[in-house]
Amino acid sequence: MARPKRSLPAPFALEPAAKNGLLDRRIFLRSGLAALGAVGGLAAGSAGLARAAGPAEVPPWMQYPGAPFTAYGGPAKYESRVTRTLIRSQPGTTGSGASRTPLEMLEGTITPSGLHFERHHSGVPDIDPEQHRLLIHGMVKRPLIFSMDALMRYPMLSRIHFMECSGNSQLMYGPTPPALRAGELHGLVSCSEWTGVPLRLLLAEAGADPAASWLLAEGADAAAMSRSVPMAKAKDDALIALFQNGERLRPENGYPVRLFLPGYEGNMSVKWLRRIKVTMTPTMTKDETSRYTDLQADGKSLMFTYPMGVKSLITRPSPGLTMQGPGLYEVSGIAWSGSGTITGVEVSADGGQTWAEAALSAPVLPRTLTRFRIPWKWNGAPALVKSRATDSAGEVQPTRDKLVAEHGTNVVFHYNAIQTWSIAGNGEVKNVYA
Amino acid sequence: MSTRNHLTVSLCVMALAGCASPAATETPNLGRVATPAEVTGWDVSIPPDGTGLPLGRGTSAQGAVVYEQKCQNCHGEKGAGQPNDRLVGGHGTLASKTPVRTVGSYWPYATTVFDYVRRAMPYTQAHSLSDDEVYAVTAYLLHLNGIIGEADVMDAQTLPKVKMPNRDNFILAYPARPK
Repeated sequence: MARPKRSLPAPFALEPAAKNGLLDRRIFLRSGLAALGAVGGLAAGSAGLARAAGPAEVPPWMQYPGAPFTAYGGPAKYESRVTRTLIRSQPGTTGSGASRTPLEMLEGTITPSGLHFERHHSGVPDIDPEQHRLLIHGMVKRPLIFSMDALMRYPMLSRIHFMECSGNSQLMYGPTPPALRAGELHGLVSCSEWTGVPLRLLLAEAGADPAASWLLAEGADAAAMSRSVPMAKAKDDALIALFQNGERLRPENGYPVRLFLPGYEGNMSVKWLRRIKVTMTPTMTKDETSRYTDLQADGKSLMFTYPMGVKSLITRPSPGLTMQGPGLYEVSGIAWSGSGTITGVEVSADGGQTWAEAALSAPVLPRTLTRFRIPWKWNGAPALVKSRATDSAGEVQPTRDKLVAEHGTNVVFHYNAIQTWSIAGNGEVKNVYA
Repeated sequence: MSTRNHLTVSLCVMALAGCASPAATETPNLGRVATPAEVTGWDVSIPPDGTGLPLGRGTSAQGAVVYEQKCQNCHGEKGAGQPNDRLVGGHGTLASKTPVRTVGSYWPYATTVFDYVRRAMPYTQAHSLSDDEVYAVTAYLLHLNGIIGEADVMDAQTLPKVKMPNRDNFILAYPARPK
């Protein structure tokens, strides 16, 4: 039996914040959870539709003891469709490519470790931590070799940060908008709590030459993935990360040790880290010359474009999460910037003619995924919804037209344009360039 | 704790005199000093000036033999690509709507070819080529791209001197992003 609908308390009645139904971001906060429950929300597929029969008074799971304890828990079996998505590997390979985080299936800001996106250049190595070592050498007074046990005894820091592959969203440079879901399009971004040893401590112990401006970081995978890193970044906030979301790193995220460079393009945070060489100049490795350089329309290429640009997207609604008829919804999404903290996210429901400020869900931290939300009373008519983020460096997320005008469509990397979703009268959501 | 330790180390490093081994007293200092032989064995990276290039040599003709046996399955005949990356050609395409990025058309440094092949190729059997074979395959790819002559010998002296066609078309975005 349906419960009677409660109306929102009078002082917080539906105040418009922008045209086409966007409401004041504080409405849900003010009116409390009771109102939220009454107005309902988005649901994936048909799962949210009301069932014909009412719920049993005593469902089966209340009649017998439940399952036993487990040594390592997993998600509910009913959530088995929430998996990494658009898994692609180079022809003839199984681990040279990427898998993506299903952004539209997640809420909040922390990505479950098993759903963190993957980008490997030659698969996931099976590294015995007892045998693995980290060497720091080059322009140092004393070249040092660290065992993993030794690193575990160092003072550590914990930081929540996003990681984004510089090739994230690259399909959006294409001439037509791909008919894909949010995670398939933009899921080479994830967010975790990373814990490890500040790199500057180890560099100090080795006696790094103050004149050295760079270092080379090299992984222990079969690609021996390597990147040059500015010494300024290494001494600022670089971590020798050992833990992710409270447990030791997952193999696909660099077990037993990785470099982590907050805000920088993901491939520089070299996984399975085995060697750091302190140098005067960049080494010009394959992955900072032939790949991960940004080809411009005039044929020149930008090199060393490290911080990921300010970016946001709406995850609900988004393709695959069909609207269930007119009514009050919460629009929800993520925003992030490699250059600092998200200071604001605006949402438009009329194709960018008017904008309303979304609520940012605390905590709002630098170089972290930030969750934004805003109430929207959808009238059932076709609509274009989009979000636009601003960061503490004053950078504003560009439109696709602006990004393409400045850099062309051959860039492959660093796509951070505003994402527009088109909502049809039947509630279907599509990716569009608008 | 980490902040205090770091501060102490920094102060000691700055003071220097009377503080020969500051880390020994103020941070865990659990690294073992690596021997020169250990460092040499691990230090495979080759920067553009060629520092660290090993002894050995190779020519395009020698490289063709290695390529056909170890590389062609993935990269096609004479580097034409398919099923994986194309390595040859694409010159003059970078400003077009369909740029073709190859060793010849895009890579700015010849040393990177040696470095990458030695560390990561062949894909299914990394570190299986001798240094002579890596020099030879590098020479073969450079010759197929019309960058060196067929008889040119690639070794520690000649390889860093090769100027790649696209070398001057990279704009550094660090430390300052160009406007």
